[in-house]
Amino acid sequence: MVDVPYDARADAPPAEVPEVELYHPRSWWTQYVFSQDAKVIAIQYSLTASAIGLVALVLSWLMRLQLGFPGTFSFIDASQYLQFITMHGMIMVIYLLTALFLGGFGNYLIPLMVGARDMVFPYVNMLSYWIYLLAVLVLASTFFVPGGPTGAGWTLYPPQAVLSGTPGQDWGIVLMLVSLILFIIGFTMGGLNYVVTVLQARTRGMTLMRMPLTVWGIFTATVMALLAFPALFVASVMMLFDRLLGTSFFMPALVEMGQQMKYGGGSPILFQHLFWFFGHPEVYIVALPAFGIVSDLISTHARKNIFGYRMMVWAIVGIGALSFVVWAHHMYVSGMHPKFGFFFATTTLIIAIPTAIKVYNWVLTLWRGDIHLTVPMLFALGFIITFVNGGLTGLFLGNVVVDVPLSDTMFVVAHFHMVMGVAPIMVVLGAIYHWYPKVTGRMLDDWMGKFHFWVTFLGAYLIFFPMHYIGLLGVPRRYHDIGDTSFIPASTHTLNAFITVMALIVGFAQMVFLFNLVWSLFKGRPSGGNPWRATTLEWQTPETPPGHGNWGKELPVVYRWAYDYSVPGAAEDFIPQNQPRATPALQGAAP
Amino acid sequence: MSAIILFMAVITVIVGWWLSQQRLTAKPWLEEGSIDDFPGTGAVTLPAAKIGLGVFLAVAGSLFALFISAYSMRMNMADWRTMPVPSLLWFNTGVLVLSSIALQWAHVAAHRNNMDGVIVGLCAGGASAVTFLIGQLLAWQQLRAAGYFVASNPANSFFYMMTAAHGLHLMGGLVALGRATARVWRGAEMAQVRLSVELCTIYWHFLLLVWLVLLGLLTGWTDDFVDICRRLLT
Repeated sequence: MVDVPYDARADAPPAEVPEVELYHPRSWWTQYVFSQDAKVIAIQYSLTASAIGLVALVLSWLMRLQLGFPGTFSFIDASQYLQFITMHGMIMVIYLLTALFLGGFGNYLIPLMVGARDMVFPYVNMLSYWIYLLAVLVLASTFFVPGGPTGAGWTLYPPQAVLSGTPGQDWGIVLMLVSLILFIIGFTMGGLNYVVTVLQARTRGMTLMRMPLTVWGIFTATVMALLAFPALFVASVMMLFDRLLGTSFFMPALVEMGQQMKYGGGSPILFQHLFWFFGHPEVYIVALPAFGIVSDLISTHARKNIFGYRMMVWAIVGIGALSFVVWAHHMYVSGMHPKFGFFFATTTLIIAIPTAIKVYNWVLTLWRGDIHLTVPMLFALGFIITFVNGGLTGLFLGNVVVDVPLSDTMFVVAHFHMVMGVAPIMVVLGAIYHWYPKVTGRMLDDWMGKFHFWVTFLGAYLIFFPMHYIGLLGVPRRYHDIGDTSFIPASTHTLNAFITVMALIVGFAQMVFLFNLVWSLFKGRPSGGNPWRATTLEWQTPETPPGHGNWGKELPVVYRWAYDYSVPGAAEDFIPQNQPRATPALQGAAP
Repeated sequence: MSAIILFMAVITVIVGWWLSQQRLTAKPWLEEGSIDDFPGTGAVTLPAAKIGLGVFLAVAGSLFALFISAYSMRMNMADWRTMPVPSLLWFNTGVLVLSSIALQWAHVAAHRNNMDGVIVGLCAGGASAVTFLIGQLLAWQQLRAAGYFVASNPANSFFYMMTAAHGLHLMGGLVALGRATARVWRGAEMAQVRLSVELCTIYWHFLLLVWLVLLGLLTGWTDDFVDICRRLLT
């Protein structure tokens, strides 16, 4: 045991980190609109992401209405259905989840949790948000251009994405690619901030191994995103060339409507490689912040230190590295060499090891903990169960021979919605319930929160469990209407109608949540600075919500790791990270 | 995808080396109360801008590695016709080398507190970078005149796209260089000048390196190397 003697520097002067020159807003505009304060930018990111996310939610309702009651809604034709799935997928994965976890939670939590005054490049951080907003507006504008948004599916596979049979071929696909390019530029600006802030602006005493796992998750995810998004960038630029300049990067020789097209020789598989080189790390770009946040939620609300902190850190880093060598498991049906498939199946299954370590550690953290079933805790538990469920079907799909027959069925849709739809959203919601008091100074209403949780959690299972089943029956994804197909039993239609009704109910539960957010802003119970009695630095700010510069005059000094809960002999069941070690005399006096 | 995998391997080694210095095997729950006991595990003391540039170079490097990956995959298809490289590119390369040397000069001058040398170096570096960009545009012009349009063959498409991507990065660098020069002009303090000049110099060397790799690829010099790599991997 490394026994560090009592440190006489306990009340030593803080701030070995040089004081950053803080930018000071001079007007209402620069304080709330063109703000360079990471906390304001975080809220801007979160609100924008939620707004466009609501659009995607409505799109999912429309899709479900069509699938559940085909032929009833005449305004949804086959083209629109394809446009809805494309926009729903793209918005949810990139413009909602990525932006919310990194731009929203990253901006709010990183400076506060590592004890910095702000991000290191505030101006670039502000630009990052405005470019993101522009990307969202360009994306949303595709609903109003001639031909509407692209219907190529969120993977935008060429050649069909560029061909006239696909809806949105005129403007939709072009604006989608432009929007993605903008998003990546904006994200890179933000990402530089998140990484450099963690590297360079940690306060005194905050070693890497004392960082809360939330910061580890967001940090690693950002590093991955910075390296993976260029692949989407390259793919988007090249497809834009194909579409606008008539090059043949991805486009093979084709005959369209009896006419030989100008394209020739291109490789659609090349696009798939580039897309999935981004696309698979993207899964973990969304999952790692969720892993980190959920670790903190569980530890705080079970009043127990996280089990196996080091293992958790190694697992995060390990998953981050491994996720770059699994991309081709999305391409088993592309006609690849069987040895390739074997390699990627192996790497895919190896990822299950660090992931399983994390799940075990969450469960062992809960073991004999003082579990408070608060709303954030409920969502965290919901996440663990959902993630395990989604992960198990991932084992099916990771194997080539099982994947081939299941590929492009609703089973895949159900799998990825469980693992990277419902599971991260559970964390997002839990995290909002957890940190809302810090952001606003008021608690979210508990009763509405519990109602929201139970409807969302049970509803999600009632949506996606049956969906696995109809996938196993062979119902294909991306089909507007399955009609009377011989191998699909009639009961599938009943099940589809049931899923639709549940989807509507779960969607409406989110409206209760939105109402709660607004209502509690004015009527919520005042929370005080540290309502969950948590150890991490963001709860120790002198003001709540934290003021400009976060820390008043002096930066906090960190004396301990982030998980000192229920320490034997301590006066309280939590010891904040910035609390010095008690003198031996005091320790002796404690009962 | 071998180029990007290779690049990622390099990044992994760098990140792994750095992490290995950070006591990832420490047991933080036993180290209550300690601060500053383990030098080198606190925040990095380098200026934020320098780390920021380092991270950005990793991002830009990943971008170019992906372009190269796409290039090496696409060039194996049947319709690939290698494009003649305009001889102007050799002149442009020389100018870009000069640009890098000029900035290195400014960097050295900044360390010797020689303000005039800094200004000369920055201006010479900026001017030669602009010359390089004009030269690249002229090279495009020559190719167009000779009938090598962007869509006529994938080799041409890659040439235009990759030179454009490189040129845009250089233009971004010129903005930073312009700001650094303005700062020197206004008489900023030496430490600040040194940092700005150093960052510009690093970025310039990086872009020179990228350009040399791209040139090797476009002229076919690296074909043998790519071939060897491919054989090793398959």
